[in-house]
Amino acid sequence: MMAGTLVSTIINGDQIEFACRPDETLLEVLRNRLGLTGSKEGCGTGDCGACSITLDGRLVCSCLVLAVEAEGRKVNTIEGLADGDTLHPLQTNFINHAALQCGVCTPGLLIASKALLDRNPNPTDEEIRFALAGNLCRCTGYDKIVHAVKATAKELRKQ
Amino acid sequence: MLKVCLSGPLQAAADGAASVSISAMTIRELLRELVEQYPGMQKQLDDGIAVSVNGEIFRDSWSEEIPESAEIFLLPRIQGG
Amino acid sequence: MANDTKFRNRKFKAVGTRPPRPDGLDKVTGRAKYGADTFAPGQLVGRVLRSPHAHAQITRIDTSKAEKLNGVKAVITSKDLPDLTDGDSDLYDTLENCMARDRALYDGHAVAAVAAIDAPTARKALKLIRVTYTILPHVTDVDEAIKPDAPIVQPRVYTSGVSPKPKSPSNVARVSEFGHGDVEAGFKAADIIVEKSYKTEQTHQGYIEPHACLASVGPDGHGELWVTTQGHFVFRNTCAALLGMDVAKLTVTPSEVGGGFGGKTHVWMEPIALALSRKANRPVKLEMTRNEVFRSTGPTSSTSIDVKIGVKKNGRITAASAYLRYHDGAFPGIWAMLGAMTSYACYDLKNVKTVGYDILVNRPKVGAYRAPSAPMAAFAVESTINEVATKIGMDPIDFRIKNAAKEGTKSSYGPTYGPIGIGPTLAAVKKHPHMRAQLKKNQGRGMACGFWFNFGGETCTDLNICVDGTVTLTVGTVDLSGSRTSLSLIAAEELGIPYERVKCNISDTASLGHNDMTDGSRGTFSSGMSIIFAARNAIDDLCQRAADTWGIPVKDVVWKDGRALAKGKKHRKLKSLSLDDLAAASSNTGGPIAGHSQIVADGAGVSFASHICDIEVDPETSATKVVRYTVIQDAGKAVHPDYVEGQFQGGAAQGIGWALNEEYVYDENGRLQNPGFLDYRVPVCSDLPFIDTQILEIPNPNHPYGIRGVGETSIVPPLAAIGNAVSDVAGVRMTHVPMSPPRIRKAIKDKQA
Repeated sequence: MMAGTLVSTIINGDQIEFACRPDETLLEVLRNRLGLTGSKEGCGTGDCGACSITLDGRLVCSCLVLAVEAEGRKVNTIEGLADGDTLHPLQTNFINHAALQCGVCTPGLLIASKALLDRNPNPTDEEIRFALAGNLCRCTGYDKIVHAVKATAKELRKQ
Repeated sequence: MLKVCLSGPLQAAADGAASVSISAMTIRELLRELVEQYPGMQKQLDDGIAVSVNGEIFRDSWSEEIPESAEIFLLPRIQGG
Repeated sequence: MANDTKFRNRKFKAVGTRPPRPDGLDKVTGRAKYGADTFAPGQLVGRVLRSPHAHAQITRIDTSKAEKLNGVKAVITSKDLPDLTDGDSDLYDTLENCMARDRALYDGHAVAAVAAIDAPTARKALKLIRVTYTILPHVTDVDEAIKPDAPIVQPRVYTSGVSPKPKSPSNVARVSEFGHGDVEAGFKAADIIVEKSYKTEQTHQGYIEPHACLASVGPDGHGELWVTTQGHFVFRNTCAALLGMDVAKLTVTPSEVGGGFGGKTHVWMEPIALALSRKANRPVKLEMTRNEVFRSTGPTSSTSIDVKIGVKKNGRITAASAYLRYHDGAFPGIWAMLGAMTSYACYDLKNVKTVGYDILVNRPKVGAYRAPSAPMAAFAVESTINEVATKIGMDPIDFRIKNAAKEGTKSSYGPTYGPIGIGPTLAAVKKHPHMRAQLKKNQGRGMACGFWFNFGGETCTDLNICVDGTVTLTVGTVDLSGSRTSLSLIAAEELGIPYERVKCNISDTASLGHNDMTDGSRGTFSSGMSIIFAARNAIDDLCQRAADTWGIPVKDVVWKDGRALAKGKKHRKLKSLSLDDLAAASSNTGGPIAGHSQIVADGAGVSFASHICDIEVDPETSATKVVRYTVIQDAGKAVHPDYVEGQFQGGAAQGIGWALNEEYVYDENGRLQNPGFLDYRVPVCSDLPFIDTQILEIPNPNHPYGIRGVGETSIVPPLAAIGNAVSDVAGVRMTHVPMSPPRIRKAIKDKQA
C-alpha cells in the first residue's frame, strides 16, 4: 500500500510505529494497517461514535483524526480496555445487564463510558445519557446500557 | 370436500371466485387440485403462497395433513424483516 | 413422537433464566468479527460507481481509462453480469438493482465497479469511468406517481391484481384487496363515521454496521463469500444464480451482524464483489459507505393512506376500510399488500375492506424493515380509532377492548384466530401504573396496538455430544440478538444438563442444509424447534446406548435430568448413567452420539402488542421529548427474558425515531439530501427515557414450549401511540409522520387559522 509518513505512537501501552499516507484517518490505520478491528466504521463522518477511541485521554472519533496526528501521543482503543484476562467492570456489566445485542456499537460505547466515568465517577442518569449521546445504538434503545453504566459507577465508587 | 377461501389477490386467478371447493387430505393435494381446476393459479404458486389451516399459517409444509372440515385460507406469501 | 410440535405445559429449568450470552466476551473486547473485519492475502479494494440521477438513460459507459490505471485489476459493468435469470422476474429485478443495465432508476443506482490494489487507486479509477447519461423525467412521490402524466418507472411492469389485464405499463405494480362482509351496508348502519388521510415518510433500518463482504472466486467456479447477512443460505442461492455458479461450490460464511432489522435479508452489492473477484482472480473486499447505505440499499416505503371507520354509539365498529398507497422503490414488491393485510388485524370486524396499491417511484428498491408495512398502517388505523372513540365519548382503551379480536375472530386478512394476546395486552395496559402517572404541563399521553405475523421456515440443525459430555449445536440461523444463548438454553432444557455445558455455533453454508433467513421473528422459534427435535433424537440414541450397556430392552429406559434411568423393579439395581458417562463410552456403544433435525417449522403464531407513551411538546419550538414509554407484548414463552425485553425496547426506540424525526428528504432533482446520520436523525441516548416492558406469556399452541416470535411487533405501535400522544398535547390530529417540530408547528397553526 502507498505510504508517505512514518508515525511513532503508543497504542494501548505498546510502542508502535506505522507508515501511512497523509490523508489516511487513524481509524483506517488502526483497522487496515494494524489489525485492530475493534473500532468500527459506522459512518466515516463522526456522527455515530462506533470508532470512538481516546487520544491522550480525550474521547475522539478516530474517523475524524488523521493518522499523522497520533505522532507522539497515547492512543487507547477497545482492545486495551481489559487488563490481560481481567475485564474492566464496564465490560462485565455490559454483559451482565444485557446492554448489547448485535454488539457493533459496543466498543465505542465502552470507550465513551470509560471516558465519562474517568472524569465523573458519580454521574446522574441525565449526565450518562448526554455523555453517550455521541454513540448511536440501533438495537437496544439505550435502556440497559444506561443501567450497566450506572451499576459500574456504583461499583467503582465502592473500590 | 373443503371450502377453500381465497384472499383478494388470488381471486383473479380463480375467475374472481371468493372460494372454491376442493377435495384433499394434505396441503400438497389441495394445491395440485387447485391448479388442475384453475391453471392460472400456477403463477400464484410460483410467486409464493401461504396456506392457513384453522388459523395456522403454513408457508412450506406441503405434507401437512388437513383435518376434516378445516377452515382453509389461501394467502399471498408474507415476508418479515 | 420426536417431531411433535404441539405445546405441552411444563415447568422449565433452563428456559426462562438469564445467563450471560456466549458471544458477549468477544463483543465487549472488540474480538468479534463483523463484515468488514476480515482480510485475505492479496485482497483488492472494491468500489462502486453510482448514478447521481434519479432517472436516466445510460447511453454509454467508457471504462478504458480506468482499466489502464496502474493498480486497477478489474472493472465491471452490467456486461459482466449477464442475464441468467431465465424468466424469473424477481431475480431479474435483483440483478438490475445490483447494477443498472440500460437505465439508472434512482440516485445511488450502481452503474459500474472497480477492484484495485488500494482505496485511493479505486477512488481514482471511479473518477476515470465516463458515463454518458440522458436525464429522464423522474417521480419520487407516491401520490404523484399514480397521476396519469407521471413518468413510467418500469415499462415492463403492468398492474397485477386487476381484471381485465391492463394493456399498458403502469407505476401501480399491484393492487391487493382483503376483507369480508359488506362495508357499504356497514357504513350505512353506522351512527358516526370518521374518515381521514395520513402520510408517512420513508425511513431506513439504520443499522450501525454498513454492508461489507469479502469475495473470492476462482476460475474453477469455486468461491467463498464472507458477508454480513441475515440469511447466508439465501444469499448463496441468489448470488450463485446471478453469477451462474453451482450453489454447492459457493461457500458463504456469515460474519457477526451489526444490525439487520430486515435490511440485510436482500443482496445489494455482494454479486458485484463476486463478479469483480472472478474477473480479477483475486479476493475483493467491498464495503459500503454510510452514504451508499442510505442511497443504495433497502429503506421502507413512504405511504399515503385513507381510513374510514363507522361505529354505533354503543361503541361497536360496523364497518372499516383502508386504501393504502405504498411505494416499492423502482422495483415491484408486496409492501402495500402487507399493509393491507395488517391494517385491521387487531380487531373483530363484521365488515372490513382494505386495498393496497404497490407503486413504483425513482427511489431505491424497498426492503423489509422489522414488521414491514405494519407500522404505517397501524399509524393510520390507530389514530382514527382514537378519533372515533373521542367522537362517541368512549375511553380509547375501552373502545379497543370492545372491538378487539379474540380466539374465533375472523381476521381482517382472512383466517380465523386461535388463542391470541391482543385482549390480554389491552387489559394489562388498563392496569399498568403508567396510565395513572400524573401528566405535567405540555404533556400528553397516547396508546396504540400493533400486530405482526411470525414465521417458521426451513431449518436444519445438528446437535453433537463431545467425548466429555459437553454439547455443540450447529445452527444455520444467523444470531442477530442473542439466539445462540436461547438455543443453548433450549438444548440444556431438553437434555437436562447445565446451560454452561452447551456451545452454539453458527455454521457456514457448507456444513448444513438450507436454512431460511433470520427474519420474520423466526430465529429462536424455528431453530429452537429444530434443536428440540435434534435433542430428542439424540436422547433416543442415548437411551439405546444405555440399554445396550445394561443389556435391557430400550423401552425400559427413560431420560431424566441429564441421566438414563432403568425403570421397573427388576432393574432397580442398575445405577443411572449420566450424559458424561455415555459420551465417554460412546466408541464402544456405536460411535459418536448426535441428533440431527431438518424441518420446516411452520404454523407459527401471530403476535400482538400495546404501547403507552407520554410526550412533551415545547410550546415555543414544538420540540418533542419522550417522557415515558411502556411496551406490553405477548411472547408466548420468554426463553431469555433479558433478550425479550431488549427486543421490545429496541423496536420501540426505532418506532420512536420513525414517529418523531426520521425521514428521507429528496430535492426536486430526485436526489437524496440527507444520506448520513447527521441529518437522518435516529434517536440518541439523551432522546429517550428508560423503556418499561411487560412480557405476557400466552403459549403458542404450535410450539412445544409455546414460543412466539418477538423481534418485530414492537415497532408497530409506536407511530400511532406517539401520534395519539402528540395529538393530545397539540390539540390537533397529527396525520403526517414524522411528527417533527416543523410539522407539529404547522398543524397547530393551521388549526388556529
